[in-house]
Amino acid sequence: MSNDKVITANNLTKKFGDFTAVDHISFDVHKGEIFGFLGANGAGKTTAMRMLCGLSLPTSGGATVAGFDVYKENEKIKKSIGYMSQKFSLYEDLTVKENMEFYGGIYHMTDRFIKEKTAFILEHLHLQKEANALVRSLPLGWKQKLAFSVAIFHEPGIVFLDEPTGGVDPVTRREFWNMIYEAADRGTTIFVTTHYMDEAEYCNRVSIMVDGRIEALDTPSKLKQTYNAATMDEVFLMLARKAVRAAD
Amino acid sequence: MKQFFAFVKKEFFHIWRDKRTMFILLGMPVVQIVIFGFALTNEVKNANIAILDNSKDAATASLTAQLDASRYFALEKNIVTYKQIEEEFRKGKIKLAIVFPQHFGEDLQHFNKAQVQLIADAADPNTATQLTNYATSIIIDYQNRITNDRKLPYTINTEMRMLYNPQLKGAFNFVPGVMAMVLLLVCTMMTAITIVKEKEMGTMEIMLVSPMRPQLVVLAKAVPYLLLSTINITSILLLSVFALEVPINGSIALLGFESILFTLVSLSLGLLISSGAASQQTAMFISLVALFLPTIMLSGFMFPVENMPLPLRIISNIVPAKWFYSIVKSVMIKGLGISGVWKETLILAGMMTFFLTMAIKKFKIRLA
Repeated sequence: MSNDKVITANNLTKKFGDFTAVDHISFDVHKGEIFGFLGANGAGKTTAMRMLCGLSLPTSGGATVAGFDVYKENEKIKKSIGYMSQKFSLYEDLTVKENMEFYGGIYHMTDRFIKEKTAFILEHLHLQKEANALVRSLPLGWKQKLAFSVAIFHEPGIVFLDEPTGGVDPVTRREFWNMIYEAADRGTTIFVTTHYMDEAEYCNRVSIMVDGRIEALDTPSKLKQTYNAATMDEVFLMLARKAVRAAD
Repeated sequence: MKQFFAFVKKEFFHIWRDKRTMFILLGMPVVQIVIFGFALTNEVKNANIAILDNSKDAATASLTAQLDASRYFALEKNIVTYKQIEEEFRKGKIKLAIVFPQHFGEDLQHFNKAQVQLIADAADPNTATQLTNYATSIIIDYQNRITNDRKLPYTINTEMRMLYNPQLKGAFNFVPGVMAMVLLLVCTMMTAITIVKEKEMGTMEIMLVSPMRPQLVVLAKAVPYLLLSTINITSILLLSVFALEVPINGSIALLGFESILFTLVSLSLGLLISSGAASQQTAMFISLVALFLPTIMLSGFMFPVENMPLPLRIISNIVPAKWFYSIVKSVMIKGLGISGVWKETLILAGMMTFFLTMAIKKFKIRLA
């Protein structure tokens, strides 16, 4: 494997019975890259991502994450990645601090590391006052930013974000993306799925999935050039209209 | 290990923050014991009786006084005509009527033989039987006293001893039953719900992506409820001993051990249910229907298993509470040691191993 490819997928396929959710997809993601994984609902984004995270076994094809094989080195992958799911993933009945202590704990972090990191995040997000507030009481935007901080709490090399900004206002989304850029600048590879085409413009490279296959994969500017479109939105619509599979 | 403690700590926060549920879990056994102990009882105390005394002599007066003095009966009124008896029953004022015929005392003295009629309200057959039994035994008691010095040619004296529970207290029966019910409810239902909750919330996904071993997740979920159950066992036992005067005749250590074993069986069952259920409602429904009802019906706590038709008797064997109920009764009331309950203990241990293995096996490491 080339030293700067942190994710490789090679004809990765997932079938549920007769239904092929992910159909022979191949791509590479480089270190420190923000890789946008786009597709309409039901195109197979989440399934593909789950295979890379070790939540789901591929039917055929291969993939490596952080240099580890998704079939055999599942446990090693888990230690090298962070994950933020579509559903909100913090415990609402725990305080901000307790959530961080919990995630630090299950990732084998030392007490000292957890303490320092917690202080750093609270300061960074200007949440010092809310440290002992229940997560339930925070506004959604703050929760999402906090969830992202928790997903990269253990400083993983790669972080998978599954539609992280669903239901968040544009200002908060912008702030959220600033956090993503900061993480990428520190060398973290970001693998993100989204529906928002303005967010697609923020990515270094995007792939667009249609009916389980990758229809296009390039930088946003090249894609716009290829499809002779002004925005990513137009590119996406052009490709997504080809879909025959109904959205779920 | 640190992972494990971090997880257990989090579980305690969940329980602690949900104060209402916590109070229900800890208060329920207390309330149940109190309700069963003081309110719901199938013993009859101070049942109202009416007496129709057509004889009015020393013998009837003495018998009436004795009936009234016993803790089972309270004399509601003396009536004078036979017709009144039915009236009183209809009004629901009395449970039992006692009729002394004319010349009761004389007959008794001269012919050594007299009759008395007991009329009971058999709309409730159990109470009716109990009341007539109590009344009969008081009458026999009286008869024995007056015939004491005389020798009858043939008499068979039945002497009864109610072993282990001479006062026939209902508490001896329901304390073990309540223990089984509470442990099942707390352990099985609550563990099932908490795991399914994580699935619903999406936090389970995070757990599965983390390096935390799934077996550890399952075990960490069970620890707080094991502790909660220990508190419940203690409070039930303390209440039974000090408030209901149910003795612990056997070894407390053995009783504790068996209770923890049953707790573990219930926890494993909860874990198993959670791995099959997709929503909290399903988990609750399965726990209630598949466990709670059989526990009440088939454990022998409410209805004696021996009297059931064969198919039900066979089914009752797979109800864990049946074995626990029998163990608690043997150890607590009869004072038996491990040699008396080893079979039941082995069965429970086997059930625990089976359920736990199934639960861990079924717990999905990958989502699909």
